[in-house]
Amino acid sequence: MSKPEAVKEASMEMQKAMIARNYDAITSKHETGRKVSSTFVPGNLNELLMCFDIVNNLPEINAIQAGMRKASGGYIMEAEKSGHSEDVCTYVKADIGQMSKGNIAPNGKPYPNPDVLMLSYTGCYTFMKWFELLREEYKCPTLMLHVPYEGDGHSTKNMRDYIVKQLKEVVIPGLEQVSGVKFDIDRLRGYLKASAKAEDDLVWCLEQGKVKPSPIDAYFGGVYYIGPIFTAFRGTDDAVEYYKMLRAEVQGRIENHQGPLTPEGTYFNDQKYRLIVEGPPNWTNFREFWKMFYDEGAVVVASSYTKVGGLYDQGFRHDPENPLESLADYCLGCYTNLNLPTRVDLLAKYVEEYEADGLLINSIKSCNSFSAGQLMIMKEVERRTGRPGAFIETDLVDPRYFSAANVKNRLESYFQMIEQKRRGGGSKTVAA
Amino acid sequence: MSGKNRTVADIVAVCQEMFEDLSFNYARKWKAAKPGRKVVGFLPVYSPLEMIHAAGCLPLGIFGGGDQMEVIHGDAYYQSYICRIPRSTIELGVTNRLDFVDGMIFPFVCDVIRNLSGMWKIMFPNVWTKFFDTPQNYIPSIGGTYYEQELLELKEGLEHMTGRKISDDDIRNSIKLYNENRRLVREVYAFRAKEPWKAPTSEIYLLMRAGLMMDVEEHNQMLKDYMAAAKAEDRPKRDNVRVSIYGSFCEQPPLNLIKSIEMAGCYVVDDDYSLNNRFLMVDVPSTGNPLKALSDTYIENSVETSCKYVPDGKVKGEFHVKAIKACGAEGVIYATPSFCDPALLDRPMICSKLSEAGIPYIAFKYAENSGQMQPIREQAGTFADSIKLWS
Repeated sequence: MSKPEAVKEASMEMQKAMIARNYDAITSKHETGRKVSSTFVPGNLNELLMCFDIVNNLPEINAIQAGMRKASGGYIMEAEKSGHSEDVCTYVKADIGQMSKGNIAPNGKPYPNPDVLMLSYTGCYTFMKWFELLREEYKCPTLMLHVPYEGDGHSTKNMRDYIVKQLKEVVIPGLEQVSGVKFDIDRLRGYLKASAKAEDDLVWCLEQGKVKPSPIDAYFGGVYYIGPIFTAFRGTDDAVEYYKMLRAEVQGRIENHQGPLTPEGTYFNDQKYRLIVEGPPNWTNFREFWKMFYDEGAVVVASSYTKVGGLYDQGFRHDPENPLESLADYCLGCYTNLNLPTRVDLLAKYVEEYEADGLLINSIKSCNSFSAGQLMIMKEVERRTGRPGAFIETDLVDPRYFSAANVKNRLESYFQMIEQKRRGGGSKTVAA
Repeated sequence: MSGKNRTVADIVAVCQEMFEDLSFNYARKWKAAKPGRKVVGFLPVYSPLEMIHAAGCLPLGIFGGGDQMEVIHGDAYYQSYICRIPRSTIELGVTNRLDFVDGMIFPFVCDVIRNLSGMWKIMFPNVWTKFFDTPQNYIPSIGGTYYEQELLELKEGLEHMTGRKISDDDIRNSIKLYNENRRLVREVYAFRAKEPWKAPTSEIYLLMRAGLMMDVEEHNQMLKDYMAAAKAEDRPKRDNVRVSIYGSFCEQPPLNLIKSIEMAGCYVVDDDYSLNNRFLMVDVPSTGNPLKALSDTYIENSVETSCKYVPDGKVKGEFHVKAIKACGAEGVIYATPSFCDPALLDRPMICSKLSEAGIPYIAFKYAENSGQMQPIREQAGTFADSIKLWS
């Protein structure tokens, strides 16, 4: 029996159409003559790529799509058969395995080879190796933008200057060469202006998690909210329109005292637990995973995953007045480029500001950038806020690492712990 | 400690004692010998030790806890799919084995060590903790300029910690001492490649590890003494195959693993163990601006290893092929720690380059506390036999 189709809001339908158009633009490059880049979500330079009429293809998103379509497991095993370790990132292996299975895009057409690998190396070591591996396959130019890590909890002028210099002397000339289009900084300014507009509306939507009942789910719903701005649409009029529409939908739910719409088509109003979630979601069992939350009355009011492509809620906006510097600041400020103390500060702040019951960590086997140190993050946030934390383990797109029974068990224990805490008993905050 | 009459066994015994001493008594004594002295720990793979030395501090290599330390607390900080070195490093910290260490440098290796720098800041707020991000852009006017400024910030951090200024002459003097160290290390490696039966890797490894925990001048003398003693010693040449070991640059294998490979019929003639003292491949200029000198050498003359980006895809892995040819290795053992992203993500690329060059290889994983050596011996022994029979 096939699963019932998920019920979608108008903004979700709009996003789906945008994504479909982008896949069509990618797969029709031989007909249209447009150039295609592959690049990553954190630190992506979408506005800059648009200045060269380059279509943006994101292997992470392709892996997510494959995960949601239940295809990633086979791709991963294919990559492992060809010598890739079982220990490393499953996004990489899904991408590489997909190539050996015909490299078919969600629209059913083959992905063309990229014309450039735009390696914006921000907050994740694996990105660097991933594109070294892809470079061996595609033999196309690779433009590396090294974004230093904010080890001391802040960026420095040296870091910013280094990124701007790379943009000016490596990335922009490289993209000019690949595309044959001359760089026009005013065009970039125009796109950045549109980005900032969409970012304002995104932040407004994310901050409505503070309302009770929360009109949004900032994790499962959140991945839809961040979709356009984290991927190939930041800087487009479509993105501005999308966030206007999303904002209106959220506003409507606030006025009607409604929670977010679940995939089953009901508004999730009966919210018993308000959570902050750290870490990416599991994609292979996304709906099942989400259901475990709303079935128990748990809504996610803020999350760190919705900050991997930019920490807009902490004030950052793309700035048309300082275009390249603004791109540098954007890259530096992505969530996984922040040091552990900063991540702890942010999560503890979310627990307080969003009046959450506690912090839940979904620890991802594939992702050391997120995962290494999360047990300490949990302990620190518990210590500072006095609210209990819990820890579950899944993976991004490897179905072998999603154990529904274990996850459900842990979630149920956690909710019991929150209940106990509310009743004033069991003041000890022990991780589930 | 110098002495012409020191035998290889004497020198190796000193090194082994330091290697096994997880209370770091050498460094403790060094610190206690003069008031105001400070010790700065550093993790793999590369930190500019000249800067620490120029600050009047002892650079202390922290390579995890090895196979002799039971990790009790450290495991509570990490999921099962994270490598072993961060958990044993935490164990060293929380069991007060590093309570005399004033500063810690976490250089860029991977996301795990990167995040450990932040954990250290939270766990040990009184320790000066620095994440040291080396450039991945190797254009001197871009990556070089950035790196020079990072070195300046490192210098200021060290000055703040010690309360004393570091002059250019201080750094130049340290560069000279470390240049000598690098020259001697290269000599030892060349000697081993030429006559590996006289310089087993189980000894060389200890000699290098101890060097990253002691005063550089003392180590320079030790290297000279070892060379003299090893050359003088009469050791039988066996019918072993010559192998290079790569992939072991961060978390270190247990000493028994190295011995097992040798016992299985392999002479290790090149390796990337505790790479810090070979990371810069040439002398750093000891005149002019010392920060620029360190930066230029890093940009232009540092090794290719998995934590560095290789800008030109066509030459990826050629560094290893050249090194294998230079040392006359007949095969490669690509031995990586479990869950080591840099080495494991690099492995398909490096191994395909080896295949193209017709160099036989095997690959396996280990942890710093691996205890079962029989599979390693069998694998390495079969590899050695296959080279002898068919290569």
